[in-house]
Amino acid sequence: MDVALEIEGVSHTFVAEGNGTPVRALDGIDLRLAPGEFFSVIGPSGCGKSTLLEIVAGLTQPTAGRVVFDGREILGEVPDGVGMVFQEDASFPWLSVWDNVAFGLRRRGTDAAETKRRVDYALQFVGLADFARHHPRQLSGGMRQRVCIARTLVLEPRLILLDEPFGALDQQTRLVMGEELLRLWRETGATVLLITHGLDEAAMLSDRIGVMSARPGRFIETLITGWPRDRDSQVVNERHFGELTAQMWTHLRAESMRSIGT
Amino acid sequence: MSRRFDGVLFTLAVLLLWELLYRVVGSSGLSSPLATLGAVVHLLSSASFWKNVSATAEAFAFAVAFSLLGGLAIGLVLGLSRFAGDVFDPILNALTAIPKITLYPVILLFFGLGMEAKVAFGTIHGIFPVIILTMNGVRNIRPVVRKAARAMRLTPAQTIRTVLLPAALPEIVSGMRIGVSLALLGTLIGELFASDRGIGFMLIQSVEHSDVPTTMAITVLLFAVAVIGGIAMLRIDRRLHQGG
Repeated sequence: MDVALEIEGVSHTFVAEGNGTPVRALDGIDLRLAPGEFFSVIGPSGCGKSTLLEIVAGLTQPTAGRVVFDGREILGEVPDGVGMVFQEDASFPWLSVWDNVAFGLRRRGTDAAETKRRVDYALQFVGLADFARHHPRQLSGGMRQRVCIARTLVLEPRLILLDEPFGALDQQTRLVMGEELLRLWRETGATVLLITHGLDEAAMLSDRIGVMSARPGRFIETLITGWPRDRDSQVVNERHFGELTAQMWTHLRAESMRSIGT
Repeated sequence: MSRRFDGVLFTLAVLLLWELLYRVVGSSGLSSPLATLGAVVHLLSSASFWKNVSATAEAFAFAVAFSLLGGLAIGLVLGLSRFAGDVFDPILNALTAIPKITLYPVILLFFGLGMEAKVAFGTIHGIFPVIILTMNGVRNIRPVVRKAARAMRLTPAQTIRTVLLPAALPEIVSGMRIGVSLALLGTLIGELFASDRGIGFMLIQSVEHSDVPTTMAITVLLFAVAVIGGIAMLRIDRRLHQGG
């Protein structure tokens, strides 16, 4: 099969500061994503999900293993065509919403007319067209996160890395944003790697779901959802949706308890 | 409106106190507000005053330029490199704490009497707050902001210009505000102690000649310039801290 992203035997250990013991965050992660696949990673808190994403983005160098994107190994630099949305608010407070979204395009030297077209479309897409002239401090946490999503999407990445992007949003907005994300994913044909702690989010959005163990994180199960490509949030009514979340929870219950206990 | 009124009231109170003090102390120690005003007018219309002003202004301008540019560059480097920052942080704090007047004889030995010594002395006063606040400003940028810059594949130059400097700007401007005030202080102190021209030199000469009205007039003028400049810079500073 065609491979868009290949993660091979990736392990990561955080070096201890001072007299602390080193922390093993990831333990032998293997994963292959097909082009255009939507893959979600779900796992207990602190299992190394975010670390995995940073390694894929080239922001963190893994202790062992390698990541290959579009046939090239990722080495300490974010490769072209990869867009990342962080868990925390990464909007730039000194820029307006519009300038935040236009930021990446301007640095690339995209011409003004094209920048305007793409920025306006991206703001429309995340429902912030009316807030273009506002500054991030005037927006709610969820709206700021949507600014960051727009700022990443506007660069039209082929691989989109999302680190719990909807964590700050309320449940209804999450479902709607999820639906919008599905629409975008269908339109662009991008490959998506989503980190989430929402069972419903993973079950609704993904083609496949990787369930991670407590630290050190590794995949204990991979589920195939079997949804059609033109799915939307109404899959929550399907019986299979309930089965998927139940399967995830079966695996995660013990792991989550283990992660809280330690 | 009421704040402007407060200012007027405060000025009147100071003038009144000044007049009273003058009546107690007498003209050998203090000149009256009116006599001082006369001396101010006399100064402002004399050519030698403006020659001294331009000498001070020139030294001050160089001291400010070196303090701001040098402080920005050094602060940026120290802020970006965790190791360098950790090494230099205590050294910088120690250097800030020493009374720099003790270094003046050394500076005079180095540069001799004149412009260079004054500029150097102004700069060693002005540069430290700029270094320290720029360094802290860069260090306090949230890691996710720097990660976002990397994720958008910015070059190092782009990262500094379009992310790090704007993100740290409010603190950098605070440092510059303090740096400018201290550079003026340093320049004037330099002129007071060893110099052959400039406002500080004029001031110390008028003291030596027991020319009380001129001494007072220069002091009042310096005070006015410092207050007006300080308020202007504080306004910019406040606006940046509120906005972003």
